[in-house]
Amino acid sequence: MPTLEIDGQRTEVPDGLTVIQAAERLGIEIPHYCWHPGLSIAGNCRMCLVEIEKNPKLQIACNTRVADGMVVHTTNEKTKTAQRAVLEFLLINHPIDCPVCDQAGECKLQEYYMDYDRQRSRFPLPAKVRKKKAIPIGPLVMLDQERCILCARCTRFLDEVTHTSELAIYERGDHCEIELAPGKVLDNPYSGNVVDICPVGALTSRDFRFRARVWYLERADSVCGACANGCNIEIYHREGRIFRFQPRQNAAVNQYWMCDAGRLSYRDLQGEGRLTHPLVRGEDEFLPSTWSSAIGQVTGRLGDLAREHGPGSVGIVVSARAPNEEIFLLRRLGAALSARIAALSWSPPGAFHDDFLVKADKNPNTEGLRLQGLVPDGEVDQLLEAAGAGRLAALVLHRTDLTAWRDAAVVRAALERVPCLVVLDTDRREASEYADVVLPIATYAECDGTFTNHAGRVQRFSAAVSPPGEVRAGWLVLAELAARLAGGEPFAGAEAVFAALAEECAAFRGLSYSALGSDGRPAASAAT
Amino acid sequence: MAERLLLRCRDIPDLRRLDVYTAHGGYQATRQALTTCSPEQLVDMVKASNLRGRGGAGFPTGLKWSFLPKQTAKPIYLAVNADESEPGTFKDRVIIEQDPHQLLEGIIISAYAIRCHTAYIYIRGEFALGAERLEAAIAEARSAGLLGRDILGTGFDLDVWVHRGAGAYICGEETGLIESLEGKRGYPRVKPPFPAVHGLFGCPTIVNNVETLACVPHIVLRGADWFRSIGPEKSPGPKLFCVSGHVERPGTYELPMGTPLREIIYTHAGGIRGGRKLKAVIPGGASMPVFTADEIDVSMDMDSVQKAGSFLGSAGIMVMDETVCMVWAAFVIGRFFHHESCGQCTPCREGTGWLEKVLRRLEFGDGSATAADVDLLLNIAGNMMGTTICALSDAAAMPARAFATKFRAEFEQHATLGRCPFRPVVEPPRRHAHA
Repeated sequence: MPTLEIDGQRTEVPDGLTVIQAAERLGIEIPHYCWHPGLSIAGNCRMCLVEIEKNPKLQIACNTRVADGMVVHTTNEKTKTAQRAVLEFLLINHPIDCPVCDQAGECKLQEYYMDYDRQRSRFPLPAKVRKKKAIPIGPLVMLDQERCILCARCTRFLDEVTHTSELAIYERGDHCEIELAPGKVLDNPYSGNVVDICPVGALTSRDFRFRARVWYLERADSVCGACANGCNIEIYHREGRIFRFQPRQNAAVNQYWMCDAGRLSYRDLQGEGRLTHPLVRGEDEFLPSTWSSAIGQVTGRLGDLAREHGPGSVGIVVSARAPNEEIFLLRRLGAALSARIAALSWSPPGAFHDDFLVKADKNPNTEGLRLQGLVPDGEVDQLLEAAGAGRLAALVLHRTDLTAWRDAAVVRAALERVPCLVVLDTDRREASEYADVVLPIATYAECDGTFTNHAGRVQRFSAAVSPPGEVRAGWLVLAELAARLAGGEPFAGAEAVFAALAEECAAFRGLSYSALGSDGRPAASAAT
Repeated sequence: MAERLLLRCRDIPDLRRLDVYTAHGGYQATRQALTTCSPEQLVDMVKASNLRGRGGAGFPTGLKWSFLPKQTAKPIYLAVNADESEPGTFKDRVIIEQDPHQLLEGIIISAYAIRCHTAYIYIRGEFALGAERLEAAIAEARSAGLLGRDILGTGFDLDVWVHRGAGAYICGEETGLIESLEGKRGYPRVKPPFPAVHGLFGCPTIVNNVETLACVPHIVLRGADWFRSIGPEKSPGPKLFCVSGHVERPGTYELPMGTPLREIIYTHAGGIRGGRKLKAVIPGGASMPVFTADEIDVSMDMDSVQKAGSFLGSAGIMVMDETVCMVWAAFVIGRFFHHESCGQCTPCREGTGWLEKVLRRLEFGDGSATAADVDLLLNIAGNMMGTTICALSDAAAMPARAFATKFRAEFEQHATLGRCPFRPVVEPPRRHAHA
């Protein structure tokens, strides 16, 4: 392992690392535009020029491999002069339209100008090369050629990651521009990533554009729930509203990327159909209720019916949209009621999937069901049949959309027949119209929890926004139901529920929220 | 004058024809190399000759060849750089058009030396006649058993293909050439890796200039010692000098490396046109720093010209008499490099355009130029040097810097007057938008 010195700090790093990576390990950021750890090395922006002793010329840190005895200077006068010069070159033809640019606040031109340049313009305004602005190049992406610094991150992503090559660089010199290839549209399933990796305002999101200034947004680490892959994400939000999802680096799951469907799935979490208050059936219609009254009615009726009709008279259906913690509590509830538990993992037939990130399974936690011993789609139809035949006293539906996922006529007949129907869900669906009690619960953006992805990796998400209205976290509601029906202390939080799960279930043994960290860990059965 | 070798075509009519070429000893070098030398011996011979690349950088040819991996499962390619595009340079063109077999011999021997079986001649797109003559020569050589399978019965195979460029200066840069040959945009590659390890189609590749390869058969026939004895030992050999501009006899001259610049201009090229006074000379093509009239007592070899503050480059000697405005000359060159910058690296992409704009306002006076523009020019040029993937940025910055430094008073005069003090020049259009 070579030992080198960067800005006076000595460090030993693995062979094959570049200077920019070695510096990163020391906490030294060498400014750069074109270099991206997920793409090939282009070496074109020249922002990462550093002095390496014994080299007559400055070297680019992104393409220089470390060598034993190397002495690197990233902040000396020679390097600073080069950094200032590159920034000046980048800015002479830049439109400097920050006040109307969506990238402002997360723009590497702005940041590096403040960090490394701060000089007055020596270039007359009318002399700037003009190019085309605000060109829609795909459903998700807007192109501004004047703001482009031609780092070629986008073209490399489209050449090397998606292999679709929709964009290319045309023309030469300071007339170079990014442009769609003839006959192409930037509409591949991963198109939104080019917006994330564009270091300036050349590629902006048509979905997010002009909706919020980024410096007003807060972010929370989460996991995308749109399919079984579990891409790590950051949720950008403000005052209870989600504005965008962006991928968060996880080498074991999604590297630096996410798909467009996942990126836009934040919309599903704050749709028109959200349930906001507990509902209890009155004479003809639902009446808003309080949590204590609704919980009281559910525990009272379920407890009575289970006692009255004996084991197997209560049915529980849980979907693969439920986090591990909720599945665990439903199982505990089921045990207290001697209930039959059926699991469901439904995806639209023929749903898009590929061999990169997008999975055919559109549920975030199918593997989580399996690891707790529930077989997806195993017993649902028998339960519905029992309900339809009048052999079921009560049915609890947890995060399911039964009429959409099963034969609607069979489901309706069953739901009409069952004497007591309790629905826990985020949104109003057809099945909830048949319910006696509806308990509104939080989306994964509104509560803490874990999903287990298709490969058995257990990953945490945490509450980004507060749930609307009276909505409560699913684990909190279920913990209270279970405590009332089975006895015992209520849980202090989702973390405690997970600890109980890890205690009970072999697949999760040894795991905890702190052990999972921000990158997640493979479940025991998946690890082997 | 010494015997002409590289320019034998001047003495022998129709030398481009195979029958004429062989009648004058053609392909003897090839036969000798392939039948009596091992590839290693040839590499050693070229190393011993001290032959240095004639494309502009002057890198030792034998050393370049020795960078090839000793063991490789991949094919080794030879890419012949016939993309002669440096303004003021027209030496390779003469060889290609008038003596293509001399080049082919150089290619065959060099390919044998580096164990290559496929060579590509990347020829400047505008050289339509040259491409035609090369194709004809290749066809002749092939039917004579000098190319293709089992050349001269030695078991050595070699195919040579002609690939025409599409008009970009940058494709003369060796890795830009390789990219273009692969069908891609002509972008120079970041190095390392170097072409000898990872070149054309990811395979070990040697890129050599036309004139460089044309020297090889002569080295084989006459020996490395002979070659080294011509001119200075560290950059020896016969050399083609391209003289253009205000001389009585512009043209391509074959002279020993190290011939004094004054002798080339005043003896061989007949002196300054119309008896005018010499003002400036660019010794090595448009990208090299200019010499003033007082600086021409320099030997025209790589090391001497470099010591004098410029470079031999492509040996394109551009002579300017007293009527030439130095700001205008710098502008014309600046405009060229702005047009030809590939746009990959920030300092070159933005700097070439900026240089042209400052030179334009000095020369064509929209009134906005100030005396501070001279320092601005020097500063921009300084920031462009040594900071990019390839040498085009330096190629644009060096002449701008040299003109503005050596003729500073003339530049300042432009700013003070608000116009060019020389004959009125019609302003060429700003860079056109491509259709």
